[in-house]
Amino acid sequence: MRHILSILVENEAGALSRVVGLFSARGYNIDSLTVSTTEDPTLSRMTIVTNGSDDIIEQITKQLNKLIEVVKLIDLNESDHIERELMLIKVRATGKDRDEMKRMSDIFRGRIIDVTEKTYTIELTGTSQKLDAFIEAVDRAVILETVRTGASGIGRGERILKI
Amino acid sequence: MEISGAEIVVRCLAEEGVEFIFGYPGGAVLEIYDAIFKQNKVKHVLVRHEQGAVHAADGYSRSSQKIGVALVTSGPGATNAITGIATAYMDSIPMVILSGQVPTPAIGLDAFQEVDMVGITRPCVKHNILVKDVKDLASAIKKAFYIATTGRPGPVVVDIPKDVTIAKTEFHYPASVQMRSYNPPSKGHPGQIKKAVNLMLEAKRPMVYVGGGAVLANASEQVTELVRMLGFPCTNTLMGLGAYPGTDPLFVGMLGMHGTYEANLSMHYCDVLIAIGARFDDRVVSVPQQFLSSPKKIIHIDIDPSSIAKRVKVDIPIVGNVREVLDEMLSLLKQSKERPDATALASWWKQIDEWRAPNSLYYQPSDELIKPQYVIQKLYELTGGEAFVTSDVGQHQMWAAQYYKFAKPRRWINSGGLGTMGFGLPAAMGVQLANPDADVVCVTGEASIQMCIQELSTCKQYHVPVKIVNLNNRYLGMVRQWQEFFYGNRYSESYMDALPDFVKLAESYGHVGMRIEQPADVEGALREALKLKERLVFMDFITDQTENVFPMVQNGKGLNQMDLPPHMRNLQQGTVAKERDYGNLS
Ligand SMILES: Cc1cc2nc3c(=O)[nH]c(=O)nc-3n(C[C@H](O)[C@H](O)[C@H](O)COP(=O)(O)OP(=O)(O)OC[C@H]3O[C@@H](n4cnc5c(N)ncnc54)[C@H](O)[C@@H]3O)c2cc1C
Ligand SMILES: Cc1ncc(C[n+]2csc(CCOP(=O)(O)OP(=O)(O)O)c2C)c(N)n1
Ligand SMILES: [Mg+2]
Repeated sequence: MRHILSILVENEAGALSRVVGLFSARGYNIDSLTVSTTEDPTLSRMTIVTNGSDDIIEQITKQLNKLIEVVKLIDLNESDHIERELMLIKVRATGKDRDEMKRMSDIFRGRIIDVTEKTYTIELTGTSQKLDAFIEAVDRAVILETVRTGASGIGRGERILKI
Repeated sequence: MEISGAEIVVRCLAEEGVEFIFGYPGGAVLEIYDAIFKQNKVKHVLVRHEQGAVHAADGYSRSSQKIGVALVTSGPGATNAITGIATAYMDSIPMVILSGQVPTPAIGLDAFQEVDMVGITRPCVKHNILVKDVKDLASAIKKAFYIATTGRPGPVVVDIPKDVTIAKTEFHYPASVQMRSYNPPSKGHPGQIKKAVNLMLEAKRPMVYVGGGAVLANASEQVTELVRMLGFPCTNTLMGLGAYPGTDPLFVGMLGMHGTYEANLSMHYCDVLIAIGARFDDRVVSVPQQFLSSPKKIIHIDIDPSSIAKRVKVDIPIVGNVREVLDEMLSLLKQSKERPDATALASWWKQIDEWRAPNSLYYQPSDELIKPQYVIQKLYELTGGEAFVTSDVGQHQMWAAQYYKFAKPRRWINSGGLGTMGFGLPAAMGVQLANPDADVVCVTGEASIQMCIQELSTCKQYHVPVKIVNLNNRYLGMVRQWQEFFYGNRYSESYMDALPDFVKLAESYGHVGMRIEQPADVEGALREALKLKERLVFMDFITDQTENVFPMVQNGKGLNQMDLPPHMRNLQQGTVAKERDYGNLS
């Protein structure tokens, strides 16, 4: 099953490679990983999307917690949460595709952030599934380039990951 | 007053009460060596290979409650230390390794003798720290000691660039460490402990399975009190030997791949298992489903949550320090009037004694060939279970574990998790330095001993009078055994040809050498060697080449499916080894 883990780590050189190294050394999957500092510059927050059986997810969270630099960790799947991912997608915008791509961008509530005679670059945010759906919905031949950030997640309501 | 980073290193070690540094100099650590030269609080032991330094520090840690420290230079010094670090990591041994690094401005430029030590060691340390500013040096070293020794112990590497050892700053050694990201547990959850005690009291076929965690926690007393109070059978893992006295009637021997018949069957057929600081390693439980095919409830005490439910699902997990959890259990048991069902327990013991009766450690004695088991038995008798015994890896290791009945913890020093040949001699050095008046014996094989033989020179320099028992079967015996069992007797590259004359070798290093070829001479030789208190004695026992280690649980088999020694082969076809309905026992 897909799980989304939120991790607060000390903002220190090497913390990221320790986390990533753990996944590769123990054969766990990383579907995506995002990381950046928080409002507290001494802390970074990571979101890791992974998948595995319940047993494997349990080991992953235990092993992550064991890393000295990991301050706190939650599995967002354990309760309601919101996740968002940003995608920048460059598409061919010539002939009939030009209108079509504008229309698709609108349907998915995207924004066209760069325009040339031949291309649009569309900014799209949403759940990872929504971004997948956009890619599915447009003709593959039209897509020139995509770049995705990977999901970021946060608990709903009062559920807060803080130290 | 400002002092240099190098001086800070040495002052920190002195503050930690470090008695010995095991090390080897080189360019990146010359400042530190200069600082060592200028003081006399911390003694330096010059090994002959960095692997030896780390194993020696490791043996020092394992055999005492102090902490071993190793110091190596950058590049090849650092990479030579890796095997030693991984060995300590796998067995959760607290240790601090200081490595030199190229100067900070040179890092990343493929500088002379540069390796990314923090990167290389990341998967085999509890933690590592690259110190980039001399102002952080003292606190990094303080953290290293704190992290290495608390929670689940382990090795910590501090990588120190040369310019950091030259730079100067004020020295303040922090009195304590506070880390928001690291708070190891100690006490177990009271509700879980209560549940566990209730389950123990309901057991009809209990089993206590004690591992290295009990040794690391210094909890032998508590383990022994609990087992005796309840009258339960107790087994130890290879790493747990000595945590419960090896000659006690409630002790059923080691379990696992080369465990006794009675230990393995009790483990398999018990209805309540109490796992104490043991991690259900694959050399103990090869196939979890097979192990759980005989239903049982499991209590698991471990300080590391990731050890729990890693391979085997348990019913009552207790995260905490063995010693504190057992103290809590003992006080609950003392308050309660309840005791386990005596009739059920008696019939369980009747069954265990039946399993014990054929003595699965029996071997055919010989007047002509020295049986390796016999050497260990004699060693045990002559030292009364009180010696410190280190070992290398192979058949000799298993025989030492099986036939030396350890009376006390921290006396059996071996590499279990990584299985590192070459560990025995340097580890023995560390053990002897930590326990100068004790008998320290290194049980080894002719192949293993050659992997760190150079440390004989260190032993000479520092007057380390360890006794080496070389069980010389002219084979990579453990490899040969597997080839005999699983590869149709094709002994591919397992014969040790062109062996040195170990007697002359020992003598050339300035030690005493003996060759023993007759069974009748075994006891005399051991006696004589043990009498030479001031000398290192290398005893080369020419042993039976064909001997195998029994019992043996093959990979993929259950604990109730052992290969048994020749004298029990008929019995295996009979009733005892066949699965039967142990549900009726109570
Ligand atoms: C040739 C060979 C053959 C082998 N055959 C066998 C065999 O037949 N039988 C066998 O048992 N082993 C055997 N081994 C060893 C095996 O590989 C493992 O090293 C061993 O089984 C692990 O022992 P353990 O479960 O006690 O765990 P250890 O590795 O000692 O781990 C200790 C556990 O205790 C925990 N712990 C540490 N400190 C504390 C504390 N203060 N409080 C609570 N918990 C704590 C740790 O988190 C860890 O989970 C063999 C090895 C070799 C090389
Ligand atoms: C460094 C290292 N290399 C290889 C092995 C694999 N191995 C395990 S036991 C063994 C043979 C050991 O031979 P010896 O020291 O003579 O002991 P014996 O089994 O004969 O008692 C080998 C090669 C190992 N454990 N460690
Ligand atoms: Mg051999």
